Amino acid sequence: MPYDPELPSEAQFMTSSAHSSDAARAPVEIRAAGICKSFARHPALNDVSLDVRPGELLALLGPSGSGKTTLLRVIAGLEFPEDGQILFDETDVTFAAAAARGVGFVFQQYALFRHMTVAQNISFGLDVRKGGARPDKAERARRVEALLKLVELEGLGGRHPAQLSGGQRQRVALARALAVEPRVLLLDEPFGALDATVRKSLRRELRRIHDATGVTTVFVTHDQEEALELADRVAVMSRGQLEQVGTPAEVYAHPSSAFVAGFVGDANRFCGQMLHGRFTSGALSVSAPGVADGAAEAFIRPHHFEMATDDLSGDSVTARLERLVANGPYARLEARLTDGRIVDAIASHAQLGDLPPAGGEIVLKITGGHVFASA
Amino acid sequence: MSGQTPIRPNQDPGWLRTLILSTVVLFMSVMVGLPLITVFAVGLSKGLGPAMEAIREHDALAAVGLTLFIAAIAVPFNAVFGVCASWAIAKHSFRGKSFLVSLIDLPFSVSPVVAGLVYVLVFGLQGWFGPWLIDHNIKIIFAVPGIVLATVFVTFPFVARELIPLMEAQGSDEEEAAVSMGASGLATFLRVTAPNIRWGLIYGVLLCNARAMGEFGAVSVVSGHIRGQTTTMPLHVEILYNEYDFVGAFAVAGLLCLMALATLALKTLVEIARPEVGGHAV
Amino acid sequence: MAGFASTRPLGRVKRGEGWLRRSAIPGFGLTFGVTATVLSLVVLIPLSAVAARALTLSPDAFLKVAFSVRAVDAYWLSIWTSLIAASLNGVFGLAIAWALVRYRFPGKMALNAVVDLPFALPTAVAGIALATLYANTGLVGALLEKVGIKAAYNPVGIVIALTFVGVPFVVRTVEPILKDLAADVEEASASLGASRLQTLVRVVAPGLAPAWLTGFAMAFARGIGEYGSVIFIAGNMPYRSEIAPLLITIQLEQFDYGAASAIALVMLLISFAMLLVINATQAWMKRSRVR
Repeated sequence: MPYDPELPSEAQFMTSSAHSSDAARAPVEIRAAGICKSFARHPALNDVSLDVRPGELLALLGPSGSGKTTLLRVIAGLEFPEDGQILFDETDVTFAAAAARGVGFVFQQYALFRHMTVAQNISFGLDVRKGGARPDKAERARRVEALLKLVELEGLGGRHPAQLSGGQRQRVALARALAVEPRVLLLDEPFGALDATVRKSLRRELRRIHDATGVTTVFVTHDQEEALELADRVAVMSRGQLEQVGTPAEVYAHPSSAFVAGFVGDANRFCGQMLHGRFTSGALSVSAPGVADGAAEAFIRPHHFEMATDDLSGDSVTARLERLVANGPYARLEARLTDGRIVDAIASHAQLGDLPPAGGEIVLKITGGHVFASA
Repeated sequence: MSGQTPIRPNQDPGWLRTLILSTVVLFMSVMVGLPLITVFAVGLSKGLGPAMEAIREHDALAAVGLTLFIAAIAVPFNAVFGVCASWAIAKHSFRGKSFLVSLIDLPFSVSPVVAGLVYVLVFGLQGWFGPWLIDHNIKIIFAVPGIVLATVFVTFPFVARELIPLMEAQGSDEEEAAVSMGASGLATFLRVTAPNIRWGLIYGVLLCNARAMGEFGAVSVVSGHIRGQTTTMPLHVEILYNEYDFVGAFAVAGLLCLMALATLALKTLVEIARPEVGGHAV
Repeated sequence: MAGFASTRPLGRVKRGEGWLRRSAIPGFGLTFGVTATVLSLVVLIPLSAVAARALTLSPDAFLKVAFSVRAVDAYWLSIWTSLIAASLNGVFGLAIAWALVRYRFPGKMALNAVVDLPFALPTAVAGIALATLYANTGLVGALLEKVGIKAAYNPVGIVIALTFVGVPFVVRTVEPILKDLAADVEEASASLGASRLQTLVRVVAPGLAPAWLTGFAMAFARGIGEYGSVIFIAGNMPYRSEIAPLLITIQLEQFDYGAASAIALVMLLISFAMLLVINATQAWMKRSRVR
């Protein structure tokens, strides 16, 4: 992307939000249409189509090998598809060089330039611009300062990457990607290499920075909790295909496939049979209208097993209490069904008094769940 | 006796340690140390004067000049080649890559004498271009260009061999990051890749230079042994030795030894500066 | 977002051919072009001249010069002396690598540096030094003569020279693997009740075998082609202590390019075979390194 002096710099952007309405900086819509890509004849992406709305924060969620990183790299111009198209707004960028797309990319291992200081890393994208497109030295220094401030690393500009902690390196990588004023920000497993506490705080940080800049952002993660907590929408991928795209609430509450139901959120999984609108698996039997007869899988989240008191209408199942863990907002129960299988359930602290001692019998009312005919 | 000191599982007992260390020291002394000492002992057997004289003599100086000249062409040439080859091989993926790497390594498995022979067959009197070269009064074989070519051949893989595994190990993330921020290919190489591979490059150049200055077999075939004109330092050593001028031969050989020792010292320094660099054969 | 589409046409990545994966990193065309061109001009085309020249001989003439008694004796001499030298380096190289990785001792850094001397020292210098040292007038040669061993101007001298040039190969291939072979593997073996010897034989040795074999093959391949360090100490008697590369230079001095090419072709084929062996052992080494 050529540098346009008319455009507000990231720094101004941060200091005066008035500029954020500037039409020239309107966020980009990304459209991937029918993307196919294979490595050594193994398909990595199989006809994937995905629209990322202007200015949204989208998570690409999936297990390793699902093709999510490949899709991100195709959007970035680091890989090129065998078939399909990538559009940024109305411009076809499928085979455009990475540099021409105006993307900021944050690598999983950060890919910081080892021999450069933090400040040099951040200003690299500005330093390599040619002629009039390159801001003068003072301007570049000013922008580096503003970005250091944005990612809360003021005063560390002179350090080398090796002298930083993992979380700090991550922030530098983010600042470096933002320095080129990307139209699109892409992050590959941005918190993958960090420990749990740092990960949590950086998550909030990314959300804050995204909201401040309004850049269309896509990040890849295998951590469903991270995706659900951080993203406006989540795209769930499996084996090179897109399973479902939706808000975190949609994906969690209305999984469109057995894979999504099992991968997003905790769920007890049962394999069984559908017959006349009822799903049966061992001791468990629930009504599931609309699912075809034959082999099927059911996913029942722990909170869909409710401690039954007096109201025994609907589906329920008898179980023996095996274990009780009451160290969070809810008590987690492990209960053994009469057929020997163990299920996870949840009880509120208010219900704890009603619970029998371990080994005692309880009745679990099934208040929800998802049944899918087996493919 | 208070019993044995406990030995950690991966620690060798004292007698074994002594055995291995003394074997190593004896072997290295007899095979490497004594020959090195011999060079200086014979070279200086008549004192420093005759040795210096042998080095300062006209033909010897001409040999030193020629050796430096040849290294000054062959080493930069192979360094540029090595950088190009490693960029194409380590930063891109294409079919036939490992075959290409094998081809680049080929000169290491070819006898130096064969390396010299191939250029005689191409450019010599009976060679492919022999008649044409005579018609145009260009001399390659038994002249300096032939020596340069033979030297380039035998030192061909050094830099590429050092850089390819290094650049493969470093991956392409940093380059991709630079490119995605708008850096051109050249800027990416100069600003991002070059600083990361500089020690490997220096290491490869050092080894390449040592071999270029010391090559004997290949150069001997194409040189024609014209004293003062087409004799490099190793060839000059051979001539003096065959003339039973041992002091002269070993004096010039001593100079080459000093060069080799300097190479090893620099190499050790590079390894200290960057421990992940080098340490593998050839 | 009209700005970014209209200000300048987007830089396009060239569509890759079937064999090349399209890459985000530029410069493949130029660097690959330089590589292929230089490789062809400097190595491949000149090497093909050997085959071309040798094949201008009639099959009879080719067999006659390439497999004359003198030539065959020379090949065998090069092969068996190289085998012995590579074996010696296999034993002592392993000991050196072991000492460098496992022990701390004074002069370790000097030893480490000196291991590479045979790479850095011109072969002709090594040749005259070894010839002087191991001749019956030399320091070591005189000692050996007392116990009845003549160590120069015969095949023993060739073995000595080839051992010298082969020193670094086994050391430098085994050393990194030995370093990688984490102590915890040996500790695990010991904790499972293995004796030290069992640990060495069943855990350490299999780990080192591919690297050791690679180093051995490299030393052997180097020995077969070696010239400079050998000719001064070999004595160069036809049928007895005349190595194959020397035979090529003799044919060349008589301007018999055909015969020189025929012998060179045989040597090249041996080189290619060794290259395949080394590639195979290296592939084995890589596979076994992935734990």
